[in-house]
Amino acid sequence: MSGPDNPQHDTVGLTDGPSSAAVSPLHVPATSATSRTGYSALETSAMSHIGKRKYEVFPGKNTFHCGGHIMMGRDKGFFFLTVGLFIFGGALYFAFDCVYLATEVHWSIPIVGAILYILSLSNLLWAGMSDPGIIPRATTDEAADIEKNIEVPKQDNPTYRPPPRIKEVTVNGVSLTLKFCYTCRIFRPPRASHCSICDNCVDNFDHHCPWVGNCVGKRNYRYFYLFLVCTCFLSIYVFACNIATLVLEGLICFITIWSVLGLAGFHTYLIAASTTTNEDIKGTWSRKRSPAMKNPYNNNSFSKNFCVTLCGPNTDSLIDRRGIVTEDYSVASNPPMKPPEPYIPNSSQDQVETFHNNSAAALTPDHNEPLAANGQS
Amino acid sequence: MDHVTTQQPQAIAKVFIQRDYSDGTAVKFQTKLPADIHDRVDSDTFERFVEKINQYYAEAEGIGCSTYLQGCFACLTAHTALLCMQTQYDKNLKRCTEYIKEQNIGIFLPKGLKVIDPFERGLRVIEILVLPVSQNHVDEEKWSKF
Repeated sequence: MSGPDNPQHDTVGLTDGPSSAAVSPLHVPATSATSRTGYSALETSAMSHIGKRKYEVFPGKNTFHCGGHIMMGRDKGFFFLTVGLFIFGGALYFAFDCVYLATEVHWSIPIVGAILYILSLSNLLWAGMSDPGIIPRATTDEAADIEKNIEVPKQDNPTYRPPPRIKEVTVNGVSLTLKFCYTCRIFRPPRASHCSICDNCVDNFDHHCPWVGNCVGKRNYRYFYLFLVCTCFLSIYVFACNIATLVLEGLICFITIWSVLGLAGFHTYLIAASTTTNEDIKGTWSRKRSPAMKNPYNNNSFSKNFCVTLCGPNTDSLIDRRGIVTEDYSVASNPPMKPPEPYIPNSSQDQVETFHNNSAAALTPDHNEPLAANGQS
Repeated sequence: MDHVTTQQPQAIAKVFIQRDYSDGTAVKFQTKLPADIHDRVDSDTFERFVEKINQYYAEAEGIGCSTYLQGCFACLTAHTALLCMQTQYDKNLKRCTEYIKEQNIGIFLPKGLKVIDPFERGLRVIEILVLPVSQNHVDEEKWSKF
């Protein structure tokens, strides 16, 4: 039995608020609808829903998250797939293309891409996680009122099914029929439709989109459309970036291939023929230029030629560049011969001698005793 | 907070004003006074009342320069601006709710009628409760959290 302070419940899950008259559900006039559909029994059990949030007792098949702020359809798999593709594709794009294009072309390229990406993703989330325009189900009293206004024909036949209830309206001069929704117990407004997946009547129903995981209706159609448009631009932009990356990298690769491949191929030939570039240019072993000359270095076997060139012994460096210079070395390296006199017209012999002294002194920087005597002899 | 007595054996009758789709799918209610309450309120008053509600909703759903700019701004901020700002729709809805409350206190409750905000009924109907005339509902409404 209801107490004096219980708020009214008309339909399962819907409370009218403290301001409305608190009529016990059991006192609702027992109309034919109530007795036929047996809602009074449900209404008594609805008392246990008092105090809960409305989304916790929502009659449709939507799922609610974050305290009811987010609502999604029943089929969420495809939605997560869409989001996953977005994240994966975005990661690839920003990690590879953007890094390359930002450094090689212009820093603004990733920024434009990021803006499009964020717009697209946000529209997807808004489209998929908001109320599409669900029409709440009618209260019991409303349904009873509708029943009252419809003529129920006499049921002679036990298997008689009443014809689908319709209501004629004129919208802007056009005559339309509104259908009665048995689940929601309303005459559906024009352009509204009942979604069987979500089990709701949705205003301005467009379609139920599995990719978005929600119905697309009056409230989220713009987000859905903007999602499509932004994703379109984003994919075209990313594709253009891919092409640009490919083209730039491809161009560099092409030039590299053009130069290096030819060169690599040429030297492969040189190794195989046991010749050098110099000999090839001069045509030393060329049969055309000197038919009698045979390449004496050729092993007459490609594999042996390769083996010798690539796998032959690595000889040591002979210049001993890190060795310390000794007196013997410098003496041995600087021959005592007088360098030839440069021909300098109109110059005195003194200048010539100065030149020799300077050159001799330069050869022995560590010795205090210049060998100028040698230059002067 | 006292509710209307629930111990009454007589159930509270309800009258529903349906939507008027003659001008399209915009929110608009029929202004015709239902026969059940013609003895409580005259048709002119009622018509003016419903037309005023229709006007509020028309303004709420109206499109103009400001709504266009609001929409563009929301779009550019990835719709996060909608979380912070009060839209034209919200403002007009609030005004409509206030108006209904005022009319209830001023006109309808003294006549034993109570109008429920259509927003609380999913914009399907305007629900009017036909209350017993004998009791003072006006004070109760002033104290209630509408």
